[in-house]
Order: sequence, then structure tokens, then C-alpha cells
Amino acid sequence: MRIALLADIHANREAFEAVLARLDKHRIDQVALLGDIVGYGPDPAFCTEKAMELVERGALGVIGNHDAAIEGDSSDMNSIARAAIDWSRGRLDAEHRRFLSGLPETLRVGDALFVHASARSPRGWEYITGPQEAERSLRATDARFTFVGHVHKPQLWRLTGLGVAIGHEPITGFEIPLAKSFVWLGVIGAVGQPRDGSTAAAFAILDLKRQSIQFERVPYDHFTTCRKVREAGLPEPLATRLLRGR
Amino acid sequence: MGRMQLQTGTTLDGFVIGKKIHQGGMAEIWEVTKDGIEAPLVMKIPLILDGDDPTMIVGFEQEQMILPRLAGPHVPKIYGLGDFSIQPYIVMERIDGESLLKRFKEAPIPLAEVIDLGAKIATALASLHAQDVIHLDLKPSNIMFRPTKAFSAKVDPGFAPENASERHGGEAVFIDFGLSRHLKLPDLLAEEFRVPMGTAPYIAPEQVLKLREEPRSDQFALGVLLYTLATGERPFGNPKHTTKALIRRLYEAPTPPRLIRKDIPDYLQEIILRCLDVKPERRYPTARQLAFELRHPEQVTLTDRATREKTHWLKNMLAGRLNPYDKAPLSRLESYRHASTAPIMMVAVDLSSEGVPLAEALRDLVSRLLVTSPDSRLACVNVLKTARVGLDTLMEDDGTSIHVKRLVELKNWAAEMRLPPERITFHVLESPDPAEALLTFARNNHVDHLLVGARGSGGVRRYLGSVSTAVVAEAACTVTVVRKQAAEDEAEA
Repeated sequence: MRIALLADIHANREAFEAVLARLDKHRIDQVALLGDIVGYGPDPAFCTEKAMELVERGALGVIGNHDAAIEGDSSDMNSIARAAIDWSRGRLDAEHRRFLSGLPETLRVGDALFVHASARSPRGWEYITGPQEAERSLRATDARFTFVGHVHKPQLWRLTGLGVAIGHEPITGFEIPLAKSFVWLGVIGAVGQPRDGSTAAAFAILDLKRQSIQFERVPYDHFTTCRKVREAGLPEPLATRLLRGR
Repeated sequence: MGRMQLQTGTTLDGFVIGKKIHQGGMAEIWEVTKDGIEAPLVMKIPLILDGDDPTMIVGFEQEQMILPRLAGPHVPKIYGLGDFSIQPYIVMERIDGESLLKRFKEAPIPLAEVIDLGAKIATALASLHAQDVIHLDLKPSNIMFRPTKAFSAKVDPGFAPENASERHGGEAVFIDFGLSRHLKLPDLLAEEFRVPMGTAPYIAPEQVLKLREEPRSDQFALGVLLYTLATGERPFGNPKHTTKALIRRLYEAPTPPRLIRKDIPDYLQEIILRCLDVKPERRYPTARQLAFELRHPEQVTLTDRATREKTHWLKNMLAGRLNPYDKAPLSRLESYRHASTAPIMMVAVDLSSEGVPLAEALRDLVSRLLVTSPDSRLACVNVLKTARVGLDTLMEDDGTSIHVKRLVELKNWAAEMRLPPERITFHVLESPDPAEALLTFARNNHVDHLLVGARGSGGVRRYLGSVSTAVVAEAACTVTVVRKQAAEDEAEA
């Protein structure tokens, strides 16, 4: 069973389409959307419809903080994120909104748990940026593998025999075995708004039979997305972020 | 976790178990066969005692992860891996012959043999490092030699330890990767051990500090091996495997080997003590460069290490205390880039009078390339063409040797680049076939980048084939062909 892991699409149509086109090369059986289908980007309706279509055909999808904010409360977000949510609400119809707010907090397939931010408190939206946060998530579940997004930078964590979390910065396109002696936490980079210095869309392929993960990147036409962000009148930092990849 | 009772005649995943051929403290080795596989095979099974030592399991898992990702003559080929849920194992090609351990116990051994072994092991390390793997537990019991050579290594005239190389056959093969590190994979052993990982007599200072991403740690272990083979004594004794005992490695300088064995040449002491330098950045930039030095001992640049006759233990200890080892982990990227920023470059220089303008163009380019890779080294090569049949008189009429004359000219050509002596060597090859001589030199010395001049592009040369075309067609490394820009009217014609 090979599962494509896509996180933080953030209403970026060009990046989303580029990743989906690339999946043909990876012989995948399943897609898992790790949350934040909307927010920040200029194409919320398109991306939501595409996600609905995928879920209808059997894809897994969990809710992200931006998806939750569409129908809920966005007051704890920063002003830029909030402005984008306010703008997005007007571009989504009732069906879109129902789909986004109805996504489950977590999903489990065998040994693997899917959640947007952290297994510790799925609605707490904690960022796994260091060993403490990683350790808290790893200890909060009995799943051998947890996969999250939310951070927009790929990282692979594991809990050692001595009980501390250690991070590994994955190399693109290199298959990493998920050794049996450990529990693993994969932070998948963002499809629609990378923040690790590369402008290319990030995703990963999980192979449950081979017990391995491979982190991937695919360049997309981020100039077009950037232009659309500006034309939509969204805050300017959301446009420059796509050009700089951070 | 379930475990099987293995015995001769049982079958595991299609492998028929033969007889047990080795019982070690960590693992046992069984002969196995499988239908459809011709090669002789062995199965390695970790000894997991009751109470399941997690570190042992992790080490075996790390080995299972690394071995199948390695290729080439310096590692055993892998035929099967056994899962931990039933019976963990690794099935690999059986390497005939014995490990270095037997010969090691007979140390001190002849120096030509020490150098030959060193060159072979350094070459194997270079191959491993090029595949992003650091061994980190190099010791005699982990090193074997293939029975026959894949190709016969040609060494400089005047230095050919023929008997020695026959004794140890062909390429060195590493057989245990339980403590190794793959730089592109998560290090499963990081933070698993409270004491430094490795084998106490061989462990490098940075390993004592638990740094596991420095390829030059393997050079240190090789330095310990060479020291012991040459003198019969271990440079750092056989300390207890505790952090307290091993911390001495951060400032300890061994007794210069020549104080123990008088006939050790200065170049060998230089090489051994450079491998054993506390700071990795003062060892050889790459194992490949170390192998090059061992194959060209007459050109080793000697420093104060070569003639050192005292151990400055007090000075070293104070330096260690006052100027504590830089604990900042080396950046991973730095390690990756290392092999490519420290290439062995080779320049083939034509010293004939018509070749002069071209030789100058070649020197200009080489100078510019050397600036961009400060850890690189340069081998300047000239071929003295000899007749195919019969003996040449390689003497000028006035009795001077043509070989020596060429060497002087070559050094003169290079002088303008003002390279420090440790970065440059000179070689005059004698051969009836210059292209073949250059190719053989490049192959035997694992040259990364070969630069050669081409005299022209037209006419007869195109059909008869020039040295540069043969080199471009057949060299395994990067080749740059340098041309002297023709005058414009000629180019137009």
C-alpha cells in the first residue's frame, strides 16, 4: 500500500495540480490530505472541489486550522491569516464550507495516524518545530507512524530508546526505511506554501509494505500563483512568500 | 519477538542452512545455499540474548539498512534480509580467505606490506565514503581481502611490493557495518548509547565526542592499524571502554613510530601521524588522497611529523585543556561536499617545443580550478614515449637521463602556479602508448578530473586519433580538453 501524503495545499491551484500530476509516476494506491486545503492562497473553491472529488474516490482527509476557521473562529490567527480567511469565506459556497468543517480531526490506517498538527491535541494546533513538541506528539499515540503538516518544513522525527525525539532532515527523492525499533513522526512539507527556502511544492510517499517514506519536491508555476494572490488583493507577504519559499 | 532454533538442514525463507562457520560475541555466521543462486553465501544472525539488548537490535537494523544500499568490490553483495518479527538475518556473498586479524597478530610485519595494505584499505574507504557511508568501526577483524585482483594495480617503478600484494590478494572488503553511518539516512544509533561507540583502541577523538558524521574518523582508525602493523604496538594502548578512559584521545599524541622501529621511513611516519592527528581537518582531506600518498611514497611532503622524536604529551595536554576541541557538530553539508571539493586532479603536459603554447593554456586553466577547490591536489604527468620494440637508450648524448630531464621540465612548468608541495606531485611515465599510460595512471590513482591538451582538430589527426580523443573516449573520470585558441583567420578557413 503506497499512500501519497499532501499537506498544506493552502488554496494554491498550480502547486496542487503539479503534485497530483506527479503522483502518476509513483504508482500510489491512496491519497491522504493532511489539512489546510484553504487559507493564504487565491483558489480556495477550486482546491476544495478537487479535495472533495478525491475524498469521494476514497482519499483520506483531516481538518486543518485554516479549514476549521472558515466556519469557526479565526480570532486567534495572526492578521494576515485572518484577512485571507475573511476573503476566502466569500469565495466558498455552503457545500464547500460543510465539507471543510466536517473533516475529521484524525484518521488511522493500520499502524499509521494522520493528523494536521500534533497527535497530542488535534485541535490545539501545536507546531512540531523541536524535539519537545515532537516527543509530546509521539507519546500521545500508540500508532507506530504519525504524519502531520502545519509546519511547512519537512522533517522526520523518531523516539529513541532513551526516550528523546531526534529529527532528521530528509533528502529529496531518497527512500528512508522506517526502522522497526522506533516510533516515527513525519512532518510533511507544504504543497502550497513551502517555508524551507525552496519554492517547489512538497509531498511524500509512504510505503506501508516496505515500511519506508520518501520525501519529494515538484516545481510549479509559482509566478502565476503569486500574480493571482496580488490580483485578489490578499496581503502582499503571502505573494512574496511564494517567490522566496520562506 | 519470535526466534527460531537454527540448525544444519533447516530452511529459512528458502535458504538451506549449512554448517556454522563462525561464532562471535555479537553474531554467528552460517553457510547457506539457495536454489538459483550460484555464489557461495553466508547468513549472519545477531545474537540477541534474553532481555533483548535494544542497542544490539538497533545496530543490526542499521546494518540491514546500510548494506543493501552499497555496491562495488569493497562490500559483500547482499542476497536477503530477515525481518525482526520472525528471525533477523542478513544473507551475503561469502568472501573467501581470512580477515586481517591473523596477520595483524604477527605485527610488526615488513613495511612494504604495511604500505600495500594501507593503500588497499584507503581505496576501499574512498569507495565507501563516495557512497555516503562512514564505517566508524574499522579494525582487523572487520577487514577481508578478495582472493584475486579485479585488475592489477600498477605502482610507480622502484616501488612494487609484489609479494606483499599477492599475500593479501585483491581489494579490501569491509564486512561489519553495525556501527556505520549513512549520511542520507537517519542515524538510528544517535543517542542510543551513553558511552562513545566504536572499538576502544581505534576510536577517533570526534567519535569520543559522539560525532558520527565525519568520514575522516575512518582515517584515524586506519592510522591506528598502520601504526600497529608497522611497530607491533598500539599507539594508544588498549584502554577501557569508558568515556573517562577515552577522553584522553582528545589530546593524546602517540609515541612517534620510528622510536619503536628504526627502519620506518620518514614518509611512513608522516602518513601515520597525519592520520592520527586529533583534528580531522589536519588529516587527509579524503581517503582517496591518502591512498594516493601511500601509492607514491617518494613524493610525500614531509613536515615536522616525519622527524618527530618526542611525544609532546604535556604540551598536547595543555593545548587540549586550554583550547578545547571544537564541539560544534560539523555541518552535514560540509561532509557531503567534501569528496567533490577535494578532488585529485591530473594534468597531462606535453613538453615538446610545439606543445608550449598549449601547456601554458593548460596551466592557466589548472590554476583557476585549483582556486575553487582548496583541498584538491594535482598530479602533473608527462609521458616519455618509448619504442614498442627493443630497448631505448633513455640517455642524452651528454649522459644525462632523459627521465630526469623531463621531471625537471615538468617541475619548471608547474613552478609558476606556486602550489604548496603537499598539493602537487610529478610523474614521468614511460610507455609506447601515451594515451594508455595516462588512462592507466588515472584509473590506478582514482583521479577525479583529468585535464589534457589537444593540439588541433582537423586533418589527419581526426582520422588517426589523438591522445586526447582516446583519453576522452575511455577515461572513467571527468575529462577537460584544452585547446589553444587558433588565430582567427585560421578558424575562419
